[in-house]
Amino acid sequence: MPQFDPSSFASQIFWLIVSFGVLYYLMARVALPRIAEVLEERSERIANDLEKAQALRKESDAVIEAYEEALAKARADAGAVIAATKAELADLTAAREKDFADKVALKTAESEARIAAVRAEMTEQVKAIATATAGDITRQIAGLDVANDAVSTAVAERVKETAA
Amino acid sequence: MATSPLDQFEVTPILPIQVGGLDLSYTNSALFMTLAVAGTVALLTFGVRRRSLVPTRLQSVAEMLYEVVANMVRDNVGSGGRQYFPFIFSLFMFILFGNLLGMIPGGFTFTSHIIVTFTLAFFIFVAVTIIGFWKHGLGYFGMFFPHGAPAWTAIILVPIEVVSYLSRPVSLSVRLFANMTVGHLMLKVIGGFILPMGLIGGLLPLGGLVAITALEFLIAVIQAYVFTILTCIYLNDALHMH
Repeated sequence: MPQFDPSSFASQIFWLIVSFGVLYYLMARVALPRIAEVLEERSERIANDLEKAQALRKESDAVIEAYEEALAKARADAGAVIAATKAELADLTAAREKDFADKVALKTAESEARIAAVRAEMTEQVKAIATATAGDITRQIAGLDVANDAVSTAVAERVKETAA
Repeated sequence: MATSPLDQFEVTPILPIQVGGLDLSYTNSALFMTLAVAGTVALLTFGVRRRSLVPTRLQSVAEMLYEVVANMVRDNVGSGGRQYFPFIFSLFMFILFGNLLGMIPGGFTFTSHIIVTFTLAFFIFVAVTIIGFWKHGLGYFGMFFPHGAPAWTAIILVPIEVVSYLSRPVSLSVRLFANMTVGHLMLKVIGGFILPMGLIGGLLPLGGLVAITALEFLIAVIQAYVFTILTCIYLNDALHMH
């Protein structure tokens, strides 16, 4: 076998050392650092991008939160305004109603007073008419001469009796 | 025309060089070593020349090779192996290209020469031993006696461990040399059957040849990987003992 022919050993060892030495030098000094740099740059870039994305997400979360807060506040404000308006309207209604009721009561009282006055007056007139009529009847039919006072007393008593 | 299956292993000078009676001719073996170096350098510098953030196909290959070897060193040696990474990487690429270039018909496989694989393995053996003594001083002799074994077993265990330690460069170099030599012999021998067996009968060895060629490509990669990973394991032993 040519592998065991020592005549080629020196040359093969020599060229092995030379070629492998060159390869090692070029790999260690040029190629590998460059690849390492590229790989590192890439992983750094990816990490950076992820970080940036995270920051942006946090920011958008904050914005959404602020928006929700503002919305909730606006809702609360509107509710308060509605409640205030409702209370105001209720107050106004109650005041107007009271005012109206008062006026009605006043008018009623006035009317009742007037009715009472009219009734009293009419009762007096009726009494007077009844007294006069009773006096006239007694004089003309019975022929009795009665004093006007006696007639009015009798009529008053009768009225009291019927009223009772 | 080549007649013997052994002719493919013949070292023939291309440029005769004599230095003080020593034959250092530039041979076909040296040519393929040069090609392996040129191929590796081309792949790893040309492929990465643009340093793209999104790698091109060639850059992907270079990065993949880098990461395969980087992971191998990290898993087998740990962080202490970082400074040896360029050597391990060069070793892997040199053997890988040597094996694969040998698959080119008419090419030369320098990894099928025991003197080449043994020189590599012997260099690794010496380097690893020096690193071991440099890291652990005389404590490195502890390599030859397993921790926790009863003292009297030293009589048996120490010689065994010494022999196993000393046989490392032999097994490392012979594994690669034998795999490459036998594979290429087989290809030539079976290839030699095709024509003599005729148009119909020759189809059988032709099919076998195709299958074995595929297998040889697999072996070319696996043996480069095995050689490298064993180097990592030896280096780990030297750095951390066991």
